[in-house]
Amino acid sequence: MDELKRKISFNVNDEQVSLEVDIRTSLLEVLRNELHLTGVKQGCGVGECGACTVLIDGEPIDSCIYLAIWADGKTITTVEGLAKNGKLSKVQEAYVNEGAIQCGFCTPGLVLTTTALVEKGEQLTDEEIKREISGHFCRCTGYQKIFMAVKKVLEDK
Amino acid sequence: MSYRVIGKEVKRVDAVNKVTGKAKFTDDFFERDMLIGKVLRSPYAHAKIKNINVDKAKALEGVVEVLTYKDLPNIKYATAGHPYSLDPKHRDVADRTILTDKARHVGDSIAIVIAKDELIAEKALKLIEVDYEVLPFVLDPEKAMEPGAPIIHDDRPNNVISSVGQEFGNVDEDFKNADYVFTGEYETSVVQHCHLENHTAYAYMENDRIVIVSSTQIPHIARRIVAEALGLPWGKVRVIKPYIGGGFGNKQEVIVEPMVAAMTLAVNGRPVRYTMTREESFIATRTRHAMKFYMKTAVTKDHKLQAIHIKAISNNGAYASHGHSIIMSAISKFRPLYNFKSFKAEPKTVYTNLPSAGAMRGYGVPQIFFALESHLDDIAKKLNIDPIEFRMNNVIQAGHVDPISKLTVRTFGIPECIKKGKELIKWDEKQELYKNQTGEKRRGLGMACFSYFSGTYPVCLEVAGCRIAMNQDGSVQLMLGATEIGQGADTVFTQMAAEAIGIPVDMVHIISTQDTDVAPFDTGAYASRQTYITGAAVKQAAIEVKKQVLEIASRKTGLKVENLDIVDGKIIEVGLNRLICDISEIALEAFYDRIDSKPITSDTSVNVRTNAIAYGVSFAEVEVDMLTGQIEVLHLINVHDSGTIINPILAEGQVHGGVSMSLGAALSERLMFDERTGAPLNNNLLDYKLQTIMDTPNIEAHFVELPDPTGAFGQKSLGENPTISPAPAVRNAVLDATGVAFNKIPMNPQSVFEKFKEEGLL
Amino acid sequence: MFDIKQVYEPMCLKSALEIYQNNPHLTIIAGGTDVLINLRHGKYEEVELLSLQKIKGLDEIKILEDGTIEIGALTTFTKIFRNDIINKHVPILAEAAVSMGGPQIRNIATIGGNICNGAVSADSAPALFTLNALLYLETANASRTIPITEFYAGPGRVKLQPGEILTKILITKDNYENFKGKYFKFSNRKAMDIAMIGVAVLLNTTDNKVNDLRIALGVSAPTPIRCQEAEKTSLGLELTEENMKRISELTILDAKPRDSWRGSKAYREHLIKVLTYRALRELRGNK
Repeated sequence: MDELKRKISFNVNDEQVSLEVDIRTSLLEVLRNELHLTGVKQGCGVGECGACTVLIDGEPIDSCIYLAIWADGKTITTVEGLAKNGKLSKVQEAYVNEGAIQCGFCTPGLVLTTTALVEKGEQLTDEEIKREISGHFCRCTGYQKIFMAVKKVLEDK
Repeated sequence: MSYRVIGKEVKRVDAVNKVTGKAKFTDDFFERDMLIGKVLRSPYAHAKIKNINVDKAKALEGVVEVLTYKDLPNIKYATAGHPYSLDPKHRDVADRTILTDKARHVGDSIAIVIAKDELIAEKALKLIEVDYEVLPFVLDPEKAMEPGAPIIHDDRPNNVISSVGQEFGNVDEDFKNADYVFTGEYETSVVQHCHLENHTAYAYMENDRIVIVSSTQIPHIARRIVAEALGLPWGKVRVIKPYIGGGFGNKQEVIVEPMVAAMTLAVNGRPVRYTMTREESFIATRTRHAMKFYMKTAVTKDHKLQAIHIKAISNNGAYASHGHSIIMSAISKFRPLYNFKSFKAEPKTVYTNLPSAGAMRGYGVPQIFFALESHLDDIAKKLNIDPIEFRMNNVIQAGHVDPISKLTVRTFGIPECIKKGKELIKWDEKQELYKNQTGEKRRGLGMACFSYFSGTYPVCLEVAGCRIAMNQDGSVQLMLGATEIGQGADTVFTQMAAEAIGIPVDMVHIISTQDTDVAPFDTGAYASRQTYITGAAVKQAAIEVKKQVLEIASRKTGLKVENLDIVDGKIIEVGLNRLICDISEIALEAFYDRIDSKPITSDTSVNVRTNAIAYGVSFAEVEVDMLTGQIEVLHLINVHDSGTIINPILAEGQVHGGVSMSLGAALSERLMFDERTGAPLNNNLLDYKLQTIMDTPNIEAHFVELPDPTGAFGQKSLGENPTISPAPAVRNAVLDATGVAFNKIPMNPQSVFEKFKEEGLL
Repeated sequence: MFDIKQVYEPMCLKSALEIYQNNPHLTIIAGGTDVLINLRHGKYEEVELLSLQKIKGLDEIKILEDGTIEIGALTTFTKIFRNDIINKHVPILAEAAVSMGGPQIRNIATIGGNICNGAVSADSAPALFTLNALLYLETANASRTIPITEFYAGPGRVKLQPGEILTKILITKDNYENFKGKYFKFSNRKAMDIAMIGVAVLLNTTDNKVNDLRIALGVSAPTPIRCQEAEKTSLGLELTEENMKRISELTILDAKPRDSWRGSKAYREHLIKVLTYRALRELRGNK
């Protein structure tokens, strides 16, 4: 059974973590089941919905189709790592203020993709904003207020 | 009426929890020794199980138990999330067991594996040996009613679940005397809810009771149905509902809960979790009924609607679920909008070997309005009259009483909605602009109206409970059986309680989790009922709390209760506007007065026996690529008459989401099945064309606020309403742009191409 | 959990090639967006993976001395889409790259994986076909170069030898200089979708007369294809309205789309013609 285990270390939300993971698990499973970072959601398990998005070295990635062992040496941000000292990040605030949240299941992933956009700091047209967040399905909001939240936080920067 | 909190853009009470990842959904709870359940699903659309052997699966290391229909009580139950009825004739069709000995659709539940992990459970599923006797199957409801069609349930040999209809007036007479008679056929497809969180639940036992944590819209109903399915006393089941990742009606069904209950029972109460995959969710939960309408309408020379005769067929799939209720809802809720002298509806709800259709946002009403509003545009085109004037010429007025339901329309905002929408989309200006187009891309405008109910009265019971307990600091705990499913219910209830008591919103602590052991009785989130029905309960409980506070204040000050009020958490003397004390002082007295101590609390229930008809319109502007068949919605405006808007930002959110769901149904969404096998073709989010942000146009939400006297704060329904009229508005805009009448949705590029070919445009 | 038995994670290409040579039954995994999805759908059992994730240096895009553009096989679609060399010299490939999946998928899916899985809908293929891209394939002790147009063997099948890994994609200067290109991906959605039809057109003209025209199609045959007949006929033709229509019509001589629930043969043929015409019209500009 031991050949199925591999020791990895990575940085998650500014904390260094070392643990033995099963080579068969996805990063999503390790984040949720081992580290209890349950803000990472599973909506499809095959990279079609974006609910499981986390930032790996700053890039949005679907953690459901990312082997946990690949996280070795990486820096990972989940939604739990965004608020600092109890204060919401600018992106989180924009989602709250614009009313961009309904059921909340797609929210963590979207907030992370938005965070990556803000950190890249590029000027984006409306079409480009939409393209950059098009890897997230939301069935509640019709995307209107999500778009406004992203636009706002990119403009406010 | 001026309010301090109602009608204000109060931020969602759960927003911070959700945006930080702290909000806990069903899968976010971990139990020691948790096992994983998986379900073996039928590969055949219709097949009898001759033999089933689970020995190899059971022998696999890590497998704890394997269940088939032989291991479970042979009790038929119904899964629809309706209130129980004391009248047996008014109950849902009980036609399924937890596991079946006869598969009735691809995806039917055959066996359960309970194992240590998901991978082992999946391997064990492959080791179950099932000997099927494959039967002929039928997917088309019209074929299902033909003599000699495969019989899906023995007690309904013609596959018709029900064909009860409704009528008033004398349609035959009116058609005989009609100046014009128009007919049309309209059809909608199978679509699915696609809430981002799949169906999921886990269960364990505490002593001899089963505890189920589930992603459900209807915890109290779920408790009853689980008990029914397993033959247990209802009190032996406890259902807990945490945050849920969307439902849209699909979690107004009790689907996974009886399964996890059976699983934990089979392993001596150990916790077992069952989470559906997305692929399973598409075929093993519910869908929206595909419906076909044959409309026949009599119109006078001066363009007055006279008679309407609707024949409709609703494809229910393999099990009844909500069954005929859905098409009955359609033929009832569309009525209080246009004046018809006579009306006759002959709907049939039919079993086929498709996955079961059930409740989905709008409950049959989006389908009938697609037919009706398309039909009205087709009539207007044939009569060469303006479609808006045609509608305005025929709408009812406030005071209208429906001849069958006897419901009274107290407020009717359609004329204002139309006026506003027409201006916003620049109807007249653009109509002129888009005349005589010949290019590769053509634009057009369309609109459609709808009516909808607030809750289910008079068909079903509308009961809601509310409990409020005041804390020592004057803040309150608000406890409800009604559920937050993303729509913002917790926030509007918080606003209502704050408004009616007279305290700030942040002094209301709502308990978002419903636990049937402690939550007041309420049937849950469906039928756009909660703001209207539960809202009445919240107001009543809040008034009771306020009364208790003021009585203590009166005792303390010697002033009369009538001269006291609570404003923003302060007790004041009315008229003088004199501050007496903070509410916390009263709360402390209530808790700790050595003689009169009696903490302030109210525990109430309402039985609402009214309904408020809500209205709205959609205006759409489209651009059609005449060569590729792609339809792009450039702009979509919904204007709603939902009475008083409790929270504009949440209300807009409801409209945006509902419109987007309707645009999906209009343009891209369709769950497809292989006609040769009955197997689903696109039961995943790659192939089922849910719209992305790039496909979604600018959606505008507007409101015409006419307070309804029966709403506790003047409110009417809103949740489902936005899903009704966008699809026909888009269809009518396409008609305007191209001259082609699409009578079937979705109008995806492939079907537009075929239709253009048929019409000789390509 | 995925049904995986073993994962090899070599740190360099050399060691990857050696492991593969000794274990040709291994399944190569790069970005994982195909392999892991297939695993989730139960298409493999107890699979043994050779992961290329930790290999450095195979994700670079550069111009060699002779002007050849070299793209490492592990380059992600995001990187291709954002890369200056690509956008300057072969923007058609950037268009193709950004049309694939959604951002999260593009952030990890590799161009090498997209080519080697042999999908008829591979978004990179039509553009690379028009560019006459060359594939550089390596084993532990040999290497070879093969045109991408000869690499596909059938749906989901490519001509990789045992132990062979695609390491680079090359586009020579004569295949991009003086060309303008357009890629149309036709799908039901504007993002997160697979192509119903992909049409790539690469054009080199003088005074609106065709010197070289290349038309490649995805999802139009068992493999991505070039429209030989249309291309041949176009040589020397002036891009008049009539000629553009004629060229577009001729694509059908090579295209063999099939009927499926995703789209009918008739519709696909129609789209191929319409989209080829539109690409030509756009590339020609206002004449």
